[in-house]
Amino acid sequence: MALPSTLNRYLLLLAQEHLEFRLPEIKSLLLLFGGRFSSHQEIHGKSPFWILSIPSEDIARNLMKRTVCAKSIFELWGHGKSPEELYSSLKSYPMEKMAPFLHSDTTYKIKIQTFNKTLTQEEKVKRIDALEFLPFEGKVNLKDPQHVFSVLEDYGLDPNHIPEKPLNIYFGRWIADGQRELIESYSVKKRHFIGNTSMDAGLSFIMANHGKVKENDIVFDPFVGTGGLLIPSAHFGAYVCGTDIDYNTIHGLGKASRKNQKWRGPDENIKANLRQYGLEKYYLDVLVADASKPSWRKGLFFDAIITDPPYGIRESTRKTGSQKEIPKGIEKCPESHIPVSFNYHLSDMFIDLLNFAAETLVLGGRLVYWLPVYTPEYMEEIIPRHPCLKLISNCEQRLSSHTARRLITMEKVKDFEDQDQYSHLLDNQFLPYKGLNSFREKYFSGVTKRIAKEEKPSQE
Amino acid sequence: MRAQAGMKLLTHNLLSSHVRGVGPRGFPLRIQATEIRVSPVDFNPDFVTRMIPKMEWAALVEAAESLGHLSELPRQLEEGYEKDEDFLRKVHHVLLEVEVVEGTLQCPESGRVFPISRGIPNMLLSDEEAAS
Repeated sequence: MALPSTLNRYLLLLAQEHLEFRLPEIKSLLLLFGGRFSSHQEIHGKSPFWILSIPSEDIARNLMKRTVCAKSIFELWGHGKSPEELYSSLKSYPMEKMAPFLHSDTTYKIKIQTFNKTLTQEEKVKRIDALEFLPFEGKVNLKDPQHVFSVLEDYGLDPNHIPEKPLNIYFGRWIADGQRELIESYSVKKRHFIGNTSMDAGLSFIMANHGKVKENDIVFDPFVGTGGLLIPSAHFGAYVCGTDIDYNTIHGLGKASRKNQKWRGPDENIKANLRQYGLEKYYLDVLVADASKPSWRKGLFFDAIITDPPYGIRESTRKTGSQKEIPKGIEKCPESHIPVSFNYHLSDMFIDLLNFAAETLVLGGRLVYWLPVYTPEYMEEIIPRHPCLKLISNCEQRLSSHTARRLITMEKVKDFEDQDQYSHLLDNQFLPYKGLNSFREKYFSGVTKRIAKEEKPSQE
Repeated sequence: MRAQAGMKLLTHNLLSSHVRGVGPRGFPLRIQATEIRVSPVDFNPDFVTRMIPKMEWAALVEAAESLGHLSELPRQLEEGYEKDEDFLRKVHHVLLEVEVVEGTLQCPESGRVFPISRGIPNMLLSDEEAAS
C-alpha cells in the first residue's frame, strides 16, 4: 500500500478507556494547536489505532503534551494487513524522509508491541530480523537510543478470539507519549480536599481538553464544590475561579467526605488543593454565590466554563429562595439570613447555565458540563440548546443500568442579545427538558426496584 | 496551616451588585477592608496584558487607592503598555497580589452590604432582593 509522499501521517495509539470521549478530545486539541482532525480511514469507535494526517511534527508533539486519552504517537512509515504488505509499504516510504534517522552517527532501537496477544522473545527477534532490509546505518542502543522505532501488531479487541495472524501491522518512529500519568499523579485518592461527588482525575482532564483550555485563559466553574474541575485547567496554565451556593464547602468547613474522617481539616479548601500540586499562582478567587443569580458586571470574561452541576442525587440542587418558602431542609449562612430552598428544577438550571455561558464567554469560548440522563427516555432532542451556542460533542458515561450522564461541550458562536435568554420558551423542545426534573425520582425508582428484587426469596 | 486567601482586585473589578433595580449602577462595589494581605504571585506579563483590556480601569484605580495600594499605578491607561514591563509589574501587583481577607463590599446604589470572610465574598441575595 503506497503512501503519498506529501502527506504527514501519524499513528495515534489510544488507551481503551472512556471510548466515546476520545475523538472529541483529540479533535479539540488539534484545533487548539492550529491543526484539524483529518483521517483517511474511518475512525473505529473502539480501535486503539488511529491514522491521522497532521501538518507538522510540532502539532503532533503539542497534542501529546495535552491528551490523556492517547498513549503515544508515531510517525507512520508503513502499514499493512500482513507482514508482506507492511514491508512493501515500508519500501515505498520516501527515502528522504527516512534518511535523517538512519544516519551512521545515530543510535536507535526497534520495539515489537502486540495488542491482544503475547509473543515469545524468539518470535519478537524474528520480526526484528525480518526488517533487515531497512537501510539503518546507525548503531543499535537498547538503553538510551536517539530514535525509537516500533512495530505494532493489532490482534483485534476480543480476548476470547485471538487470531493466528495480526489484523493490522504498523511501523513507525516514536515521537512522544501522552499525559496519562497525570491520572495517577492527580488521583482523587491522594487529594487533600474532596467532596461527595469529586470527579475522577482522568475525566476532569478530558473536560479541560474538550474545553480547549490554554495558557493564560480564565476558566470558571459556577458549581465549584471542592474545586476538582479547576485543577486540570490550572495545570494547563489557565487562571481559575469558581462559585458555589454552599457556604461550608467553599470555606472548607463541615463534615469530611473521606470514610475515616469526621470533620474537614485545616488544609482542606480549594486553594490548598491547588497548592498541593504547585498550582497556587493560578488561583484567582472563589465566592459564595447562586449560579442562577450571577454577580458579574456586563462583559465577556471567561474563556471556558467547565462544570459538573448537581443532579439532585448526592448533592442537592438549590438556589436562594424567598422568606415565604420554609422547606424542611432550610439552611442559613452564618452571616446572613438567606434561606436556601431545595426547589431548583434541573431543567431551569440548564437554561440558566446556557444563558450564563452565552453572556459571559468570549466568542469561541467553550462550555463543558455534565447532563444527567434517564436512559430509557433519552433522545438527542433533550440536549439543551441555545442560539448563541453550538453543540460540539455529547459523550455518554453510564452510571447505572438505567441512568447515565453525558458530557456536553458547546462553543459560543454568536454574541448574546437580550432576547436570547428567552429562546427556550419559543423552542418547541422546551417540553422534553421536563423529563430531567424527575431525574431524582427515576434514579431512585430503579434502585428501590433492584433492592426489592435482591431481597425476594429464591424460587428454587 | 490553612491555605490563606483573600479576594483579589481582579475579581472585584468583575463583580457587580444584582439587587433588584440597580442595573449597571451596581458597579463598582465599594470595598471596606478590615484585613488586607499582600501575597506574592509569580509575574506573568502575558496574562496581565490579556487582562488589562477586560478591566474597568477607573474602578481598578479607585479600588487600589481605597486599600492604600495604589502603588504608582497611573490613573489613565497609556498606549504601548504591552511593552512596558515596569508598568505591567505594577498592574500585576494590584490585580493579583493585594487581597482583602476580611471586610465588606457595598452596592453603591442600594447600599446592600456583601460580607467578605476568610477572603471569600458572599454574594447571595434573597428572592425579594434579586433582580428578576
